[in-house]
Order: sequence, then structure tokens, then C-alpha cells
Amino acid sequence: MQPRTSPRRPVLDVRALTKVYGEGPAAVHALGGVSLTVDAGDYVAIMGSSGSGKSTLMNIIGCLDVPSGGSYLLDGVDVGRLADRQLALVRNRLIGFVFQAFNLIPRTSAVANVELPLAYAGVRAAQRRRRALAALDAVGLADRAGHFPNQLSGGQQQRVAVARALVTEPALVLADEPTGNLDSRSTEDILAVFDQLNAAGRTIVLITHEPEVGDRARRLIRLLDGRVRSDERQDLTGRHAAGAAR
Amino acid sequence: MTVTETIRFALRGVAANKLRSALTMLGILIGVAAVILLVAVGNGSAQAITSRIEALGTNTLTVTSTNRSSGTGGLTVEVADALADPVLAPGVRSVSPLASTSTTVTYEGADHEVSQFVGTRPSWFTAANSPVADGAAFTADDEAQAHRVVVIGQTVADELFTGVDPIGRQVTVGGALFTVVGVLAAKSSTGFQDANDTAVAPLSAVREVLTGYGPISSILVEAADPGEVDAVQDQISAVLAQRLPTTTGSSSAPYRIQNAAQLLQTQTETADTFTTLLGAVAAISLLVGGIGITNIMLVTVTERTREIGIRKALGARRRTVLTQFLIEATLLSLLGGALGVAAALLGSRFTIVGVRPVIVPSSVALALGVSIAIGLFFGGLPAARAARLRPIDALRYE
Repeated sequence: MQPRTSPRRPVLDVRALTKVYGEGPAAVHALGGVSLTVDAGDYVAIMGSSGSGKSTLMNIIGCLDVPSGGSYLLDGVDVGRLADRQLALVRNRLIGFVFQAFNLIPRTSAVANVELPLAYAGVRAAQRRRRALAALDAVGLADRAGHFPNQLSGGQQQRVAVARALVTEPALVLADEPTGNLDSRSTEDILAVFDQLNAAGRTIVLITHEPEVGDRARRLIRLLDGRVRSDERQDLTGRHAAGAAR
Repeated sequence: MTVTETIRFALRGVAANKLRSALTMLGILIGVAAVILLVAVGNGSAQAITSRIEALGTNTLTVTSTNRSSGTGGLTVEVADALADPVLAPGVRSVSPLASTSTTVTYEGADHEVSQFVGTRPSWFTAANSPVADGAAFTADDEAQAHRVVVIGQTVADELFTGVDPIGRQVTVGGALFTVVGVLAAKSSTGFQDANDTAVAPLSAVREVLTGYGPISSILVEAADPGEVDAVQDQISAVLAQRLPTTTGSSSAPYRIQNAAQLLQTQTETADTFTTLLGAVAAISLLVGGIGITNIMLVTVTERTREIGIRKALGARRRTVLTQFLIEATLLSLLGGALGVAAALLGSRFTIVGVRPVIVPSSVALALGVSIAIGLFFGGLPAARAARLRPIDALRYE
């Protein structure tokens, strides 16, 4: 249950992050100075209405976008100073990203999709296959390894995406509305996987607008107009209660 | 990320949309095959022309009379004999005066109109590069005695003597009997005239029976060496100027000297122009094929910008993404180009519009090189643009 890394050093350290889209009078301040830290092994849900800046924050944390101001340390590394090459390395080794739209590569089998981050990491083919199958097994899809994305249900596709996110054993698993496109049953499947991952010590940050998803996390951060409005720890009983109530 | 790994990704990309890949390759295939084949056709026709003219003999000069109205001198046997002057024209090997006419040759009820019934001397056979295939040529003695013997061309032999050996048979020409002593070797024809529709007899006999003792049609002069043709031309024109002075009231000489080498050069230039034109047309089709690849790569990359975003989000480096798309484009153009070369090699085995194509190796290299360059450049351009995008922009791309 204890995190792998030292609890003294946060996995995520965001300091006064700002993001501005556009210029001049038409400029939109998506993030107006967000600061937060996430310790290793934590399970954080970020909630907020549409336009609250949660997706922007997520994309910056996932190194998919760059901030306009502020700094961001990932596992102690200042990501803002990294070149394109090193950013690719960070995305590959430190972050596992789960998208709302699954984003599997089409016409490519589930196991090949899961292998992809390992291929970019330079892992040998045999070991890659073994680890990808293990990851698929962890999300309960070992029997669907050879299926193409269009042969899988939404929930199954998302579980493949989760397997792909965790196959490199990243320090941080980021999920951008992972259940946004799923029915309640598939949502439960995915959340169960996240619970398991967190129980195994993975740090998870997810964004959602569904309260029942937010309730499962240990910590709930609410964003409003690009700022942190509340940041509270949730007790585990509440979390289990929410799970049992379904 | 190893190179073989990247190649495997690229192969998967090509195989993912088989119809589109096949159509792209077809465009390049047609372009490459057209360039190679059309250049080969041009080259083949140029070579055919060259070989035909070489068959005429490149070390000969033909002197023809320009004024049709005979009587005012013109070319005579005496003029021809004057050209065989070892002092004034040392470069001349042989001189063959020609008296030619068209006449009907009859053999046992079968008759054939021979377009070129030529009276000349035995030296003509070597000068005109027309060896005798069957039988023998007539001799200097036959010429001196005006023996009525004839050597016929392949067409005449086929027309008159079906299934019969023509040697020793007697044919009727202009009311006189001629004995066939030989058949000329078949020649390839230049232009519309059938070079094999000919008969050659001693000059004295032809003048006696057919043309009379007036001016002769032309004089065939053979130079001792092909390199001396120009010198010989100067020598004989000096002799001719003396013998046949330009008549008052006429600005040009009453004769014309034609040089086979000049003819060859003109014809070769024409053929080269022809080849260049064909090549240009083919190059346009290659360009169109290249635009096809460009278009497909643009569509492919645009369509897959999202995929590029996913790959980058999973940790693909810019170079890895770029390499994958470059290899895909190169594979398409290389495969298409290779198939095009194969198609062209296959097509060159057949005769196209009467020409046997001769492949020019440099055209193969050029067509293949251009197709690959097109694939690399136009495939690389959109891929490089997409690979530069921030992952989030690529992911949001619609």
C-alpha cells in the first residue's frame, strides 16, 4: 500500500501554472496560477465544470502542452527546461496517459497497441510481448490480445488504453475523463482497475465531471475558472461506500 | 527504437490501407514505365535509322544530275570515268556510273514492275554495300561485252520465282532476254521505297536495251576510307566543276553531291529530337505520378495527424515519427518504381509501332531516382510538419 518512492519528494509539483490562449484583448486565461503537489501513491481526482481549465492542466501535466507561465516539476525534474527529445523520454518513461477518446492506433491489434510505448522505449520484442500481455492480463483482457480496436467495446478499448498507460510502469498515471465516453458498467470496470492500480502503489491523477468517479479518489481538487477552489482529502470509508452504493 | 522496428511500423502503415497504397504505386508504376519505354522506343527508332543508313555505306558519295532536261551535257559515263583520276582524286576507290529506270520484268507469264532497274559496273556491289546472297555478281568482262545478265533483288525473286531457284533462268526485260545470275542479300528499307525491289545488270547491256546512250542517272563514288569522305567530296567537286561548268543563266551547278555521312547525321539529329520529345511526354506522366504520391502522402499524414499525436504522447521522438512516414513514402515509390521498371522491361520485348525498343540504362536510373526522390520529398514534407506539432495540437487535429 505504501508508495514506491520516498513520500518526502512529491511526484508532481506544480507552481503558479498559467496558460493563456490567444493574444491581446481576445486572450483567454485558461489557467490563472494553479499550484498543487501530489505525493507518490496518491489518487487524485480533479473536478470542475466545463471551461474550468481542468483539461488544460491535465495536458500540461502530461507534457502534451506547454504552460504560458509558472513551473512544473515531475518526479523532481523541471519539465519546462526540457528539449523535445527529453520530453519524449519523459512522456515515455514517467507518464502513462489515458484519454477520454481511448486513442488506440486503428488497424493495430490490442497487444501491439500496448507494446507501442515499450517499442519507443527500445525494449526487445520478446520482452515487450511478455510485458504487454501481462499488462493486458492486469486489466482483464488477456483473451482479447489479438483483437483490433474496432472489434472491442468502448470499455474494453479503454481498458486496453489503461494497459498501454501502465505497461511502462510510469511514476504517474494521468487520465483525462477516462469514463466520459463509457456506460455505467464499463465505468465501474475502469474505476475498479484504477482502484487496483492505486492499491498496488501507482500514483493516479484523473479528471472527471462525474461526482461518483470523483468520490472514489483519496483526494478531490475542484477547479473553477482556472484556479483551485477546494482541495480536500476524502476518507476511505466514504470511498468504499460510494463504490458499494453502485 | 531500432531501424528494423521503424521499418516494421512503416510496413504496417502501408499494409493498413491496401487499396490506396496499390493505387499510389500504380501511378508511379505507369510514370516510370512510360519514361523507360518511350525513351526506349525513341532510342530504338534512332538505332534503326542509323543501321539503315549504315547499310547504304557511309563511305560513299552520290552525284546526281539536277537539271532534268537532258542534252545539255549532264552526267555521262565519260564524266564518271574522269572521276576515277588517281591524280586529281586520289581518295577515290571506285566509281560506278548508274543508269536506272523502272521497267517490267517477265518470267513465264508472270510479270513484275521493277522500280529500280539499274545498269552499273561490278564495283557497285561493294560500294553500295549490296552483296550477292545467291549465285554471283556479274563481272567486268560481262560489262565490257554487254552480256545480258542480271542480279535481282529479294522482292523481285519472290514475285517472279515462287518455289523455283531463279539462278540460271531467263527473264524478259524490254523485249530482250536476261539471264539471272544472282540474288541480292535482303536489305532493310529506308522510307517508303522497297530497297529489295531492284535488279542490277551491266551498264552496257542496260544502255543497249533500255535507257539508250544518253546521260546517266547518277554516279556512286566510293571513298578509300570513311574518314576521307569529305576530302573526296572536295576532290570530285573540283573535277566536276571542270567537266560540267555552271551554265550561263543558272546560278547552281547542274549536279549535286550527296554524302551518306551527312544524311546519317541529319537523320540521327531527327531521331534524337524524336527521343527527346517522347522522353518529355513520359516525364510529364512521371510528374503526374509523383503528384499522386504527394497527394496520397498529404492525405495520409493529415488523416493520421491524430495518430502522430498519440504516438508522440506515448513517447515517440520526432525523428522516429518522421522516419516511419519517410520509409512509408519511400516504400511506395520504390515498389511502384521497381514494378514500373519490370513492366517497361517486359514491354520492351514487344515491337511498338513498328519499332523495336532499346532500353537506355540511364533512363531506368533516372526514372527510378526521380520517383524515389519525389516520394522522399513530398512524403517527407507533410510528415515533417506533423512530427513538429505539439502532441496536443496533433491530437486535436481534425
